[in-house]
Amino acid sequence: MSLILTDITLTYPDGDTRLTALDNVGLEVPRGCLTAVIGPSGSGKSSLLAVAATLIRPDSGTVTIDGTPTTRLSRAELTNLRRKSIGIVFQQPNLLPSLTAAEQLQVMAQIDGRQPSKARARAMELLDAVGMARYGGRRPHQLSGGQRQRINIARALMNNPTVLLVDEPTSALDHERGAAVIDLIARLTHEQSTATVLVTHDHTHLTTADQSIEVHDGRIRRTDTLATGKP
Amino acid sequence: MFVAWRDLRFAKGRFALMATVIVLITLLVGLLSGLTAGLGQQNISAITGLPADQIAFQAPSGGQKLSYSNSTVTEEQWLEWSKVPGVARSEPLGIITTKATAGDKSIGVSAFGVQPGSRLAPDGGKVDGRSVVLSAAAADDLGLVPGGTLSLAGQELEVSTVQGDASFSHTPVIWISLDMWQKIAPRSGVRPAATVIALTTTSAVDLAAGDQAAGTKTVSTKDSLSAIGSYTSENGSLQLMRGFLFAISALVIGAFFTVWTIQRSGDVAVLKALGAATATLLKDALGQAVVLLVGGTLIGTSIAAVVGALVSGSAVPFLLTPASILLPAVVLVLLGALGAALAIRRITSVDPLTALGGVR
Repeated sequence: MSLILTDITLTYPDGDTRLTALDNVGLEVPRGCLTAVIGPSGSGKSSLLAVAATLIRPDSGTVTIDGTPTTRLSRAELTNLRRKSIGIVFQQPNLLPSLTAAEQLQVMAQIDGRQPSKARARAMELLDAVGMARYGGRRPHQLSGGQRQRINIARALMNNPTVLLVDEPTSALDHERGAAVIDLIARLTHEQSTATVLVTHDHTHLTTADQSIEVHDGRIRRTDTLATGKP
Repeated sequence: MFVAWRDLRFAKGRFALMATVIVLITLLVGLLSGLTAGLGQQNISAITGLPADQIAFQAPSGGQKLSYSNSTVTEEQWLEWSKVPGVARSEPLGIITTKATAGDKSIGVSAFGVQPGSRLAPDGGKVDGRSVVLSAAAADDLGLVPGGTLSLAGQELEVSTVQGDASFSHTPVIWISLDMWQKIAPRSGVRPAATVIALTTTSAVDLAAGDQAAGTKTVSTKDSLSAIGSYTSENGSLQLMRGFLFAISALVIGAFFTVWTIQRSGDVAVLKALGAATATLLKDALGQAVVLLVGGTLIGTSIAAVVGALVSGSAVPFLLTPASILLPAVVLVLLGALGAALAIRRITSVDPLTALGGVR
């Protein structure tokens, strides 16, 4: 398994008490599997994703990425792990305004300590994979919302992550474009063999996922193996 | 610097505005530095040009500070100093500010009285009871050439040579004989031998013992500059202005990069979430600040140098040297980088979690 969450409990301070965002949650995602996490607002989906992304340390439980338990890792080691093994697709594309589409991907090589110019071929290959090869020289303000989200997805894959975490990528898109983006994520999950977690509130996306979990009040209510039945 | 370079190109307007501010501050600091150095030169060049390493003053009394204008030394003190071991040369130097007239031209000058043949004057061999050596500025102002005559405090004197650019307390220097100086110097009681004693010493000299024996107070030639009243007050004011400009530039640059860092904290959060190390982001941001600083300072310094070169030699006392132009530029870059470093340190506190969940 590339991503294993074991008995994760996460609480936030809420006045004098603490609010439980995740209550003893467990999840296993193998490579090449798209797992959809669904649930209403405030159910704990985003918290689950943040914990899986090593951006929040849970109160208890273990996150294991690529066989590495992250509990005892330092902040710098977690950053390094994120850089090497985790790709994140943000809800908003969060592209850097000064960079062209190709450079949005090349910057991933730079933060990994490699020459961005030498990563150009990989960037173009990924842009081609998301159908954006023609737009490599355009800046974010010259692209549509759907195009920006495709760049966001390609960027997440730039450093060949084993885990891909996708946070409601269709929230700013119309249904047609949203469906196209989900199809793209599913295809790339299988092509790039990533363990993908897709957080969404849209049930129609479940048909594309390999498995789904439903989260309610910080707990996993149901786990289903879906469309491809891969896991 | 991958993102930093592209930010510089992308946000051209904002960075150009900041660069312009840096250029203007650098230009102002450069011009002020050149002016400070030029004015200083007019105050002290006659003293810094003396072939002596120590200056013995009349020992001040009542807690007074050393002063070229108040000091008078006697012949006994001078002779006492010449006997002190480690003193290679002990030469009296008389200084007085007076009026020199040649034809219909009249200017204020500093008359430096030296013994005939003294090494203190540029061409001491040509100074005697009737002949004087003029600095170039004095000769220019009086319209004199060697062989010309001038009147100094009622004494008719002949110009033996024009040499050097010595200036003291903003007046050009005329080198006269010590006898002549003693005639025109104001006296109160004992006839003064000179104003100060210029000493050339070796490392073996015991200055404290010499001072005790001669009843003087000796300081290095460099330290003696603070005994020139006009230099101390003028230089102090100008250096204060320069200091404020340095501080202002650091604050302005710090303020700009504080706003800039706040504006791009969303981008920083995204990069951190994607795995960028904080050190990499800090290096990038500081590199961007240094590029801006060096570019702006280079342009500002170049303009200051051109302006300085144009006004040098005119009535404006501007001194164009590497120290007066490049040193302030280096200080500006260092202080600006410090201001920027303090501003961008907030990158360390940006939480990558804010990049998730549509928080931006």
